[in-house]
Amino acid sequence: MCLAIPAQVTELHEDTMATVSLGGVVKRVSVALLDDVVVGDYVLLHVGYALHKVSEEEAQRTLAMMAEGGLLQDELDEIAASEGAAMAGGAGA
Amino acid sequence: MKYVDEFRDRQLAEKLAAAIRAEADPKRIYNFMEFCGGHTHAIFRYGVQDLVPDNVNFVHGPGCPVCILPIRRLDDAIELAERPEVILCSYGDMLRVPASKRRSLMKAKADGADVRMVYSTLDALDIARANPDKQVVFLGIGFETTTPPTALAIEQARAEGIENFSVFCNHVLTPAAIRHILDAPEIDPEQAVRLDGFLGPSHVSTVIGSRPYEFLSDKYAKPVVIAGFEPLDVMQSVLMLIRQVNEGRVDVENQYTRVVTRMGNEKAQDLVAKIFEVRDTFEWRGLGSVPDSALSIREEYAQFDAEKRFEISEKVSREVKSCECPSILRGVKKPKDCKLFGKACTPESPMGSCMVSSEGACAAYWTYRRAETLAEMALEAAE
Ligand code: SF4
Repeated sequence: MCLAIPAQVTELHEDTMATVSLGGVVKRVSVALLDDVVVGDYVLLHVGYALHKVSEEEAQRTLAMMAEGGLLQDELDEIAASEGAAMAGGAGA
Repeated sequence: MKYVDEFRDRQLAEKLAAAIRAEADPKRIYNFMEFCGGHTHAIFRYGVQDLVPDNVNFVHGPGCPVCILPIRRLDDAIELAERPEVILCSYGDMLRVPASKRRSLMKAKADGADVRMVYSTLDALDIARANPDKQVVFLGIGFETTTPPTALAIEQARAEGIENFSVFCNHVLTPAAIRHILDAPEIDPEQAVRLDGFLGPSHVSTVIGSRPYEFLSDKYAKPVVIAGFEPLDVMQSVLMLIRQVNEGRVDVENQYTRVVTRMGNEKAQDLVAKIFEVRDTFEWRGLGSVPDSALSIREEYAQFDAEKRFEISEKVSREVKSCECPSILRGVKKPKDCKLFGKACTPESPMGSCMVSSEGACAAYWTYRRAETLAEMALEAAE
């Protein structure tokens, strides 16, 4: 549960919220913990909050490792399974 | 996934393994603690232990927030969930952890308590907005990675005037726990486990930076390498630790410079400091009372503190007697030392927390080393 997963910011909204895409899933998340996030940035996402900016290269190697280890799917399943997610803007694309 | 192939860098893994073999002095024993459950999982998942020589040992630390939540706090959470006006929101990992008398949040839910699994505190806030006639309590657990999101939720609830939201706060602090493990031999020599260095956590360190570990090199003369959580990161970090030991150096080094800085995410740290204060002491499952190791909600935000909003009864909590999680979390015992492993206790029917979370040591042994562990147990029983 301490895992953070890289995601790309595709849209910025008011109230320090953003839309990110990760592994084909679109999710509304908070970027309130970071300054100067712009569309296209990669961020480490943890329980719905962007914790850190990462380079595209780092994001992609991490995603690849997580996919290989089966962790990516676990994490996506967890997002999809949570009972509040639908209201939070949707785990589904 | 086009990057998977690129990543499968067996060659690099072999190179690192060869360097570790060449540089590890056969006359020495290297005991390195990986604090973080994410590392434990990576080490098992990728068989890193098999790639390093026998005199390089991984001691699995207590860095699994689910595993270290003391049973009494979980009993309290269940009590909160059972109040008719409460909706208790929790991260999924927590639901199956056995509390006293083998109850769990999942069982409470099956018995009619309103327990909801959430992915994020954002979801918990949504549930509070949608249910103004209910009290929504978020079970806050986790290390420094997970604390800022809880802090932001409290901020948000205050800004928006969401009055039916509160947090049952169980957030804990990594450096204090490491300090406690190193102090333990002085308190109780039975608990002594000789450690020659630490693999520092990845994502916790993105938030707190590498600076909070400097006391380890300065005061305890223990080398630290902050390690990324990929298997190659772990191997490279082990090599860095071996070099420090061999050269007699004690430094805080950062292997994970791709993401971790010395200062960390100061915005997140400031926010956490604004909402939370350090508890004098907090009980850790396995470690007992650890000074300055957890956070509580500051007086200014008391209205969002579930411990203040609700009266929680005093109760006597019971661990399963022969569960060895406490010693395993200290690194003193291994899952094979527990009679229940693989017998009464499996991930489907866990007796202790280390078997529930995929970051727990017992779950890791069960998933990746079951046959060997059971064989070792049989052998020891026969002796
Ligand atoms: S095997 Fe089960 S009972 Fe034994 S120490 Fe691990 S979690 Fe506890």
